[in-house]
Amino acid sequence: MTAKSPAEISQPRRLGYSFRRNLRERFIEALLFLTAFASVAITLAIVVMLVKESYEFFQHVSIWDFLTDTQWTPLFDDAHYGILPLVSGTLVSSAVALLVAIPLGTIIAIYLSEFAPFTVREIAKPFLELLGGVPTIVYGYFALLFVTPLLQQIFPELPGFSLLSAGLVMGIMIIPYVSSLSEDAMRAVPMSMREGSYAMGATRFQTAIRVVMPAAYSGIAAAYILGISRAVGETMVVAVAAGMQPNLTWNPMEPAATITAYIVQVSLGDLPHGSIGYQTIFAAGLTLLLMTLSFNIIGHILRKRYREIY
Amino acid sequence: MSNTDKLHEIRAIIVRHKRWDLMFMAVGMFALMIAVLTFTVLFAQMIIDGMPRLSWDFFTSFPSRRPGSAGILSAWVGTSLVMLVTIVAAVPMGIGAGVYLEEYAPKNLVTEIIEVNVTNLAGVPSIIYGLLALGLFVYQLGFGQSILSAGLALALLILPVVIVTTREAIRAIPVAIREGAYALGATKWQTVSDHLIPYAAAGILTGIIIGLARAIGETAPIITIGAMTFIAFLPPSLVQTEFPFLSFEWLTSPFTVMPIQMFNWVSRPEEAFQLNAAAAGLVLVVMTLAMNGLAIYLRYHMRKKIKW
Repeated sequence: MTAKSPAEISQPRRLGYSFRRNLRERFIEALLFLTAFASVAITLAIVVMLVKESYEFFQHVSIWDFLTDTQWTPLFDDAHYGILPLVSGTLVSSAVALLVAIPLGTIIAIYLSEFAPFTVREIAKPFLELLGGVPTIVYGYFALLFVTPLLQQIFPELPGFSLLSAGLVMGIMIIPYVSSLSEDAMRAVPMSMREGSYAMGATRFQTAIRVVMPAAYSGIAAAYILGISRAVGETMVVAVAAGMQPNLTWNPMEPAATITAYIVQVSLGDLPHGSIGYQTIFAAGLTLLLMTLSFNIIGHILRKRYREIY
Repeated sequence: MSNTDKLHEIRAIIVRHKRWDLMFMAVGMFALMIAVLTFTVLFAQMIIDGMPRLSWDFFTSFPSRRPGSAGILSAWVGTSLVMLVTIVAAVPMGIGAGVYLEEYAPKNLVTEIIEVNVTNLAGVPSIIYGLLALGLFVYQLGFGQSILSAGLALALLILPVVIVTTREAIRAIPVAIREGAYALGATKWQTVSDHLIPYAAAGILTGIIIGLARAIGETAPIITIGAMTFIAFLPPSLVQTEFPFLSFEWLTSPFTVMPIQMFNWVSRPEEAFQLNAAAAGLVLVVMTLAMNGLAIYLRYHMRKKIKW
């Protein structure tokens, strides 16, 4: 085969070639757009599915009862559909978890970002990442069979299932999320700000607390919000260690079901599609989604308001 | 007050403040130790309880009413098949979306909506994906409580992880590579498929592994779909002797997965079953640790090796 000189390649053929080529490029671009747009479709599908089944649910149960009734017994003969007991369980276990995760996570982040020597940081970061990768069911096992017996040594009256032990373990589980995002935010603070602070005679601790943390505020807030979302949406730890009995309580020493634990409990049974029991899990799911969504919106507003730009 | 007095006073202040530094160092170390210690105790507990149950039989037996002879055969087969579906669904979608957002997307409202959306999806609780899969895949599309539904649910769950890591990996490639390809007459897709994706492969792989490690441990969405907790049979085989040699019957088969098997054992009152749970948990933890470890190693290796 001899090589053709450019002049020998006829003009129409080159045009035809580039037409095919363009067509293929367009086609691929459209295909890629569809894969990217799929994420929006997923969100829409989630909202549509939850709202549709919840709408059916609210045909049977008034929203007022749903929000104010203090009992949640949808599968009993005397059915009550008050979401409050599930919400209280969710909030109490999340509060315990956050009381552990936010202080410890923040301290670890400050330590790793401002104090720790290079080698400690290089070892601790991947280690924390591994800690965040442990399956949640394993943490549930740990909460039920290790932490609860341990706590019972201290509080003999603690029942076998409790929001306290589930919350504590959940808190440890969330530490890596809080610490790694906060640390990223602190490390993104320009070195010149720290140098300025040191030049004024501030110590490391003072620099960390009064210069770096305020400057990284928006990133740290994002880390906290993620931690809250994780805690509220966490399922297996509470399903295993906090019990499955809806219980309107604000006392972490009691057993109580969370929204997620209720969904798991119903799913383990065999509820016919379209029954009111089936619809309750979607109403519960919608409540959960709205809770995480509102935390996210609050976080977004806080971030916008206190954002520092360098 | 004389100057020396002032000097002493200032020195005292400095010493006091330095003490705070030291104290915080100690507190920081202590906080880190709590995390490390918890993990060590958890791992040790799993090994002490679970190790005696780990044997060849444990991997090749079905679950049973007698805890001593129960095993995780149906669970690990189920997990592998579900992961297969997840990979097939999530990897092309995630890479496609990542490439589009990084290389093709114009700066407009639609792009912004997609970007905000991906961030938000990452924050949706996993059990919500289970509800979506229950309503959409199981009933609306009629896939039933099957491996297919479970695999797709987990694929949706890890999609944001794959998208975000793909984007980061592609963003790290210098513009000069793209300009070189265009200068030689390559089209956009040729540039992407011949250069950007291969160069970003290690980074993308890291994201896929992290996503899969998360998917393997996920229990909630699969329980929500209605996976059964007691399965004493295997799904139909992937291969068959007649043409076309591949069978897809397994996609619609009932199944169980490792974390559900473990959950089932944990929630039983008998202690013997809880030892089984520890053994299953040990297998699960080792698997996810190995996958995450591999991802961390890959990232570390890449950072050292690639110099543009």
